[in-house]
Amino acid sequence: MNLLVLPIIIPLLAAAVCLLFWKTPALQRWISFSGTFLSFISICILFWHVVNYGPVAIHIGGWQAPIGINLVADALAVIMLLVCSLVGVCVHLYSIFTRNETLEKFGHHPLLQTLLVGVYGSFLTGDIFNLYVSFEIMLISSFALLSAANGKLQIEGAFKYMALNLFGSFMFLAGIGILYGMAGTVNMADLAVKMSALDDPSMATATGMLFLVAFGLKAAAFPFFSWLPASYHTPPSAISAIFAGLLTKVGVYTVMRFFSLIFVQNIGFTHELIVVMGVLTMIAGIIGAVGQYDIRKILSFHIVSQIGYMLIGFGMWTEIAIAGAIFYLVHNIIAKTNLFLAAGVINRLQGSYHLDYVGGIYRQRPYFSILFLISALGLAGIPPLSGFFAKIFLIKAGLLDGRPIVVFLMVFVGLFTLISMIKIFEKAFWKPVKEGVEIQPLPGADNPSVINSMMIPIGILAVVVVLMGFGAPIVFELCKLAASQMLDPSAYIHAVLGGGF
Amino acid sequence: MQSALAIVIGIIFAAGVFLMLRRNIVKFVFGLALVGQAVNLAIFASSGMTRYHAPLIHPESLYLSYQSADPLPQAMILTAIVIGFGLLAFTIIILLRTFQLFDEVDTDELQMVDKS
Repeated sequence: MNLLVLPIIIPLLAAAVCLLFWKTPALQRWISFSGTFLSFISICILFWHVVNYGPVAIHIGGWQAPIGINLVADALAVIMLLVCSLVGVCVHLYSIFTRNETLEKFGHHPLLQTLLVGVYGSFLTGDIFNLYVSFEIMLISSFALLSAANGKLQIEGAFKYMALNLFGSFMFLAGIGILYGMAGTVNMADLAVKMSALDDPSMATATGMLFLVAFGLKAAAFPFFSWLPASYHTPPSAISAIFAGLLTKVGVYTVMRFFSLIFVQNIGFTHELIVVMGVLTMIAGIIGAVGQYDIRKILSFHIVSQIGYMLIGFGMWTEIAIAGAIFYLVHNIIAKTNLFLAAGVINRLQGSYHLDYVGGIYRQRPYFSILFLISALGLAGIPPLSGFFAKIFLIKAGLLDGRPIVVFLMVFVGLFTLISMIKIFEKAFWKPVKEGVEIQPLPGADNPSVINSMMIPIGILAVVVVLMGFGAPIVFELCKLAASQMLDPSAYIHAVLGGGF
Repeated sequence: MQSALAIVIGIIFAAGVFLMLRRNIVKFVFGLALVGQAVNLAIFASSGMTRYHAPLIHPESLYLSYQSADPLPQAMILTAIVIGFGLLAFTIIILLRTFQLFDEVDTDELQMVDKS
């Protein structure tokens, strides 16, 4: 199954070719976009294959697992790959249309490609050490992208982002060392087999906590989330959109992967803890968003609060709850990225992200307002958009699992999400600009071809939000397939350790 | 040997965390570097320190015929050192830029992102 290598190789090659044309950003733009697009195509084929024929694995260099390095794709991995590459294509298109030439000079395109290599690698890798390496590739690219604009705000945001994320990486590395000492392997499938046969599971739970801290930090879960609202509103809009869509979700994915495959010795403790973390994350995020008036800061706090929903769904550890969490993950990646892209357009049109300095966009651009409203209401969970079904599945799972308080909090936080979204829509779109405030559009705001082309990726993602709402049963069946593979990882283990391709 | 190393790792780790909790961001970066070293040592210690030969297979045989030391932890640590080195270099650059832009190393004074 050589197809598995393509999503990693293609962006890596594109990045390398981009570096050859360092001095000509115009050429880099299209090389890099073809890299993003071709990897999207290869992921579509992989997705089709895995959904129809079950998990696949490849042993690099012919060395059989658990000795060799391997790549694995199960349903969860391909769902994540598909959504992330779709978002990657849209954000890339957007970044081309915004024509930010100073950024392109600093290597925006090759860095975007290496970021995608890290993200795809994290989803596909079959051993924990390569997961660490993929994480670091992703991290170093994101550091560079974050600080490329090189202003005061960006550098300070980058420092805060780096400080906590590096500490998280070290925790992850320490966990890998201890896990290797315990089980003598770094292959995930092999670890799943060996950890289930462990004499003393308490040690495994203790190691699991190291990983929970590391991934909780990446996923911006309570109490490790403070780096996110301090940094996500600082870079240019295309970069903050791809961060918002992909990076924290990779953290959630790894929590799901590790605590479904490796650390399942003491579910009563670990998964309960994840639920508690989720509830606190949800509430902390929503409280943080209340007092904010910067659009991207409000959205950043909402990223935190929605990570909470996913953790709750996963921690409940029933098939419908996990499927709901995956559905939520997919929906959130798309809706959140789109809102960040729309925030970029607002900034382009009126020169600010602050709600006090923008206004009246509905009169100026009614179609754009509707695209924004679709994503905003989708995020808040208004039927028939995708967020409504994401929440309904989680609420149903919570009721079936007998957790009325958690369900009540989920509904309550959902209500506050709606209030925040209405706050943005009211102040930026409906109300005219405050008296005495002069709006200063950025270059290109009066050029209809720039603004209209920026609408293309936003339109695509908004359509996906609507389609996911109407096609919710189909998407949910897919998520259920992924959830069943997580609850019973024998297919995953068989794909890696038995047979092979 | 392993217990002695465990104590050493503990001390380095504690020193690193202590430095990271200071308000001075230069000390913070030093702390981060120390924690990184402690973690590399932890991989080394926890994956079993054995006094055996290098795992070299004799040209005429297909398998390893004698007991050997495990080379994988060393390979992992080497990778981790390289990655950690790169990240640390980048962190120091950001540190320098922060100092150039703000003329300040106290975290209490670096609150621009929270106020915007």
